[in-house]
Amino acid sequence: MSKVHVQTTINGDQVEFLCVPQQTMLEALRDVLGKLGTKEGCGTGDCGACTIMLDGRLVCSCLMLAAEAEGQELTTIEGIAGPDGLHVLQRKFLEHAALQCGICTPGFIVAAKALLDRNPNPDEGAIRYWLAGNLCRCTGYDKIVRAVQDAAKELAYQA
Amino acid sequence: MAEAVDLRVVGTTPVRPDGVDKVTGRAQFGADLNMPNMLHGRILRSPHAHARIKRVDLSKALAMQGVYAAVSGADFPMLASGEVSGEAGGDLADIARNVMARDKALYHGHAVAAVAATSLEVAEQALDAIEVDYEVLPPVLDVLEAMAADATLLDEQCFTKGLSETPDKPSNIAAMVKLARGDLEAGFAAADVVVEGEYRIPMAHQGYIEPHACTATVNEEGKATVWCCTQGHFDFRTMTAHILGCKIADLKFIASEIGGGFGGKTVVYLEPVAVMLSKKAGRPVKLVMTREEVFRATGPTSGSVVRVKVGARKDGRITAAKAWLAYEAGGLAGAPVGPGVMSIFAPYDLDNFLVEGYEVLVNKPKVAAYRAPGAPQSMHAMEVALDDIARQLDMDPLDLRLRNAADEGTQAPYGPKFPPIGFKACIEAAKKHPNYLAQVPEGAGRGVAAGFWFNIGMQSSAEVRINEDGSVVVMEGNPDIGGSRASMCLMAAETLGVPYEQVKTYVGDTESTGYCMVTGGSRTTFATGMAVVRACEDIIAECKARAAATWGVDKDQVEWQDGTAVPAPGVNADVNPLSLADLAASASATGGPILGKASLNAQGAGASFSINFADLKVDKETGAVEVLSYTAIQDAGKAIHPAYVEGQMQGGAAQGIGWALNEEYIYDQDGVMENAGFLDYRMPVASDLPMIDTEIVEVPNPSHPYGVRGVGETPIVAPLGVAANAVRDAIGIRINDLPMSPPRILAALDAA
Amino acid sequence: MGEFAYVAPTSVADALDVLREHANNGRRAQMLAGGTDLLVQMRGLDKAPRTIVDVKKIEEANRLDIGSDEIYIGAAIPSAALNENAALKALLPGLIEAADLIGSTQIQGRATLGGNLCNASPAADTTPAMIVNRGVCVIASGGGNRELPVEAFCTGVGVNALADGEFLLGLKFPHPAARTGDAYLRFIPRTEMDIAVAGCGVSVTLDADGRCVDAAVGIGAVAPTPLKVEAAAEALIGTKVDDDALAAAGAACTAAASPITDKRGTVEYRRKVVAVLCRRTGAIARDRALGAS
Repeated sequence: MSKVHVQTTINGDQVEFLCVPQQTMLEALRDVLGKLGTKEGCGTGDCGACTIMLDGRLVCSCLMLAAEAEGQELTTIEGIAGPDGLHVLQRKFLEHAALQCGICTPGFIVAAKALLDRNPNPDEGAIRYWLAGNLCRCTGYDKIVRAVQDAAKELAYQA
Repeated sequence: MAEAVDLRVVGTTPVRPDGVDKVTGRAQFGADLNMPNMLHGRILRSPHAHARIKRVDLSKALAMQGVYAAVSGADFPMLASGEVSGEAGGDLADIARNVMARDKALYHGHAVAAVAATSLEVAEQALDAIEVDYEVLPPVLDVLEAMAADATLLDEQCFTKGLSETPDKPSNIAAMVKLARGDLEAGFAAADVVVEGEYRIPMAHQGYIEPHACTATVNEEGKATVWCCTQGHFDFRTMTAHILGCKIADLKFIASEIGGGFGGKTVVYLEPVAVMLSKKAGRPVKLVMTREEVFRATGPTSGSVVRVKVGARKDGRITAAKAWLAYEAGGLAGAPVGPGVMSIFAPYDLDNFLVEGYEVLVNKPKVAAYRAPGAPQSMHAMEVALDDIARQLDMDPLDLRLRNAADEGTQAPYGPKFPPIGFKACIEAAKKHPNYLAQVPEGAGRGVAAGFWFNIGMQSSAEVRINEDGSVVVMEGNPDIGGSRASMCLMAAETLGVPYEQVKTYVGDTESTGYCMVTGGSRTTFATGMAVVRACEDIIAECKARAAATWGVDKDQVEWQDGTAVPAPGVNADVNPLSLADLAASASATGGPILGKASLNAQGAGASFSINFADLKVDKETGAVEVLSYTAIQDAGKAIHPAYVEGQMQGGAAQGIGWALNEEYIYDQDGVMENAGFLDYRMPVASDLPMIDTEIVEVPNPSHPYGVRGVGETPIVAPLGVAANAVRDAIGIRINDLPMSPPRILAALDAA
Repeated sequence: MGEFAYVAPTSVADALDVLREHANNGRRAQMLAGGTDLLVQMRGLDKAPRTIVDVKKIEEANRLDIGSDEIYIGAAIPSAALNENAALKALLPGLIEAADLIGSTQIQGRATLGGNLCNASPAADTTPAMIVNRGVCVIASGGGNRELPVEAFCTGVGVNALADGEFLLGLKFPHPAARTGDAYLRFIPRTEMDIAVAGCGVSVTLDADGRCVDAAVGIGAVAPTPLKVEAAAEALIGTKVDDDALAAAGAACTAAASPITDKRGTVEYRRKVVAVLCRRTGAIARDRALGAS
């Protein structure tokens, strides 16, 4: 099986890799590129644990072929914290105890960041519907929604 | 037990020590370990719900390029019966047969063979090359049909356990459990109202987001190292050793971070297979389940049929209660019917009752523990019956429960007298709660129900080490599913009198710390927490002895205050107090590194009770249910880290709401699950739920140094009854069966 | 057994060449747009090797034109991009609502109208909404583009009208007449993430007095293919789209439905709920048409 050569940008880094044609971006991230922060919960786009940003849009990396990354810009959970430390959302998730087991957390944080990038002041309903594609089985979502609300408040204050 | 007023850090909500790694993607979960030279394994699963396995031929698979090992049931030893400890329960021989089928496939998805190959693609192709001859048998799918005398048998050697005499004929009834007290007939005769009902609930899955995963490597000496996501790596080691017939000393288990379990990761599925494949291949083998495999082949909780009859006087006092439970075990025994029987009437002080439960084999996956295993199914029936009684008596449902509530000294239906418990305190808190005092919104209905779990203690170990700078390392052996490292740090910091930040807690592997039973049964903060406190007390004793030696006084003349050794009042020692850092710095001169340890079999895990209520709205044209508000009130004994206690209550409420409204295993007539994915196994998403309000009641458990009661299990129990009773209130029709999906609600409305 | 391959042609001609070449060699090729159905199928139902032809680099599949007579939506534009287009949303709110209902925010980032249609699921949310907006498929084929009304595109469960060597390039909609409103509603057990148990799209055009002069009703998940229900439209035309007319339209939807009982709903449930949805959707469409006047 001939492999596909892909050149792409991940978290600002120029990345080149080979993948088999049917390989998903999630598989390439985890098995080829060693970016294990992106998790697989279902492989069918129903849980959001594998959420990444692709050219400014939120996608499930399990529902994207690695070959489709050619020439695109990707952001994964590894690209959320900056040189100055944790992103506000990461800090708020910790302060609000918005994670219990933590397996869904990377997907939630990437998704929540995409929300706040677009809508700096979302109401509770907007947060809940935006995050409806991210399953969490531990928290009942309460503390996650509060963490996002609090992060939005702090970002607005900083702005 | 410490007085609450004395606490400095217990009861605060600091950031958990493993938190940063979990919000940045650094934390390593079950599927996150890759080893050099590693192979990928896949499991071949039965396409039939019930079939005799006549032949398994691995030869074509083994002949394929890139395939290094293949195994089937014949590669595993046959086990004699023997119990395994812990919440996982069940017989090791059954667990072994569940890990890999032998003579029979007992459910669709039952493991029949496995391969290890250089890639997943090759492994998949190798599965296609395995030849299996099946003799397909009729599947037994309905629990009541399975109990019939002429039912097809799953196991010709299944003779019902728990009867006074072992029956002479085999059946699908694996076990029977019974509890009784008083005079049932007289009790019902004294009743002014009697309600009765039959309630059915299908199988439901824990729904943890992380699929099961492990990587095993066996070296040429036969020493195996297994990395896996588990609720208890010590118990996984024991199970694996028995299933493979190898020595515990030859197995090292490392618990990865765990992406949820809720009871479902208390029992092995992949680990013995991975070890066997690695041994044959001579290379590391990684096995990861797909989501579909998780649904089809790991343990959900029992589907159930529960019949309840309850009588009460006009004043609300229950005069008699009777219940009959049939729980699906799946293809192999191990259903939580015992706890179902023991919990159904546990919140209430009853003079007359009878409850009998049956554990029944059906061709569905072997059930595993799921949060308060067995209690939600039976208690749903009782809480619905009580709601019907309250309606008939025109009594507030909280008052009805208060009238009958168990309290300190009440003899529990399952035997012992309750020590101090918080059920009445929960009911009183509910009565005063602003959400309860608020009007039910127009068009909505309100439901109330109680929850309960026994909680367990059992064996745990902990070690506490003082680093050279006085910082503290706590080493224990319970995988951290929901913030338990933070709780351990809090209890250690409290006991030692040092700041929270000075303590770090680590979950050790099976060779770096002592035995801890599974994280489950709501035991970790209670039992392992107690071990941590004892180990810290060991440190304090050691520190006092060293301070005494340093000062040349008797060790009884040293006290420990705020993390510092000080001379006891009246002791004429003109010395400077010695902090933990001081003592650590001088350790080489006073006896070497400072180390504390404790191991125990914790007794007196106090039961945890709850009251939940909610307002639900039903769209009468579509049957859709909207949760407008939800309130959970629960006795935590003492909340060590209140935010994570709230999290347990909120998460359990969400799971219970999902179970009540939409979640279910749906089977076709051949016994194939039709909704083995998150798309159609409909767990609540963020937009399905409101904020979940919590109130933590604290009636301290006298058996724990800080008064802890386990809090993890109880939260899932009440929501089933809460939802059923709220829907009843909203539409005026009682729906007995769960889930109350839109088609079921609309059908009930149409029939009325 | 063949092998998997991935190609991303940059022109219609190149894409047609790939398809022709595969047909000539007896090899399988399949178009990829958003991939939210295709990748799920490749993981489960249909793992067979094939050449995956990514249409996202073809200009005509990505173009969005809002003309005075006609609206053209490339088959490969993700729902999220459609939803962000204020002009489009103002013209065809019901269609955009339907596109916005497909899956999660993440799915929206990839899923397309073209893919939703080609997948030919009876429960596809956008198909009834496209039908009521008189959508026309623009199909690239060897002999040049051909056109087909959306309601004729799905020919069975998972089967569509594309011939070998053809692919869907885009969708055309007439510019809505004055005082026209459309809407789409579906029923799912949860608030998000489910497949429709029943769905209904309605478009109405009113005269200056608020009387309905033109209507279209489309239903989904209640028959092997999404349906255009003429009887329901007739029940609305000539009325003020009042409760009685909506009830009659709903009854026509129930009559047109031939649903099945499955893990998502029963025959009885789907028949009833499609009528409820028709009434509710019709009222929204009417109010939009009134608001647009």
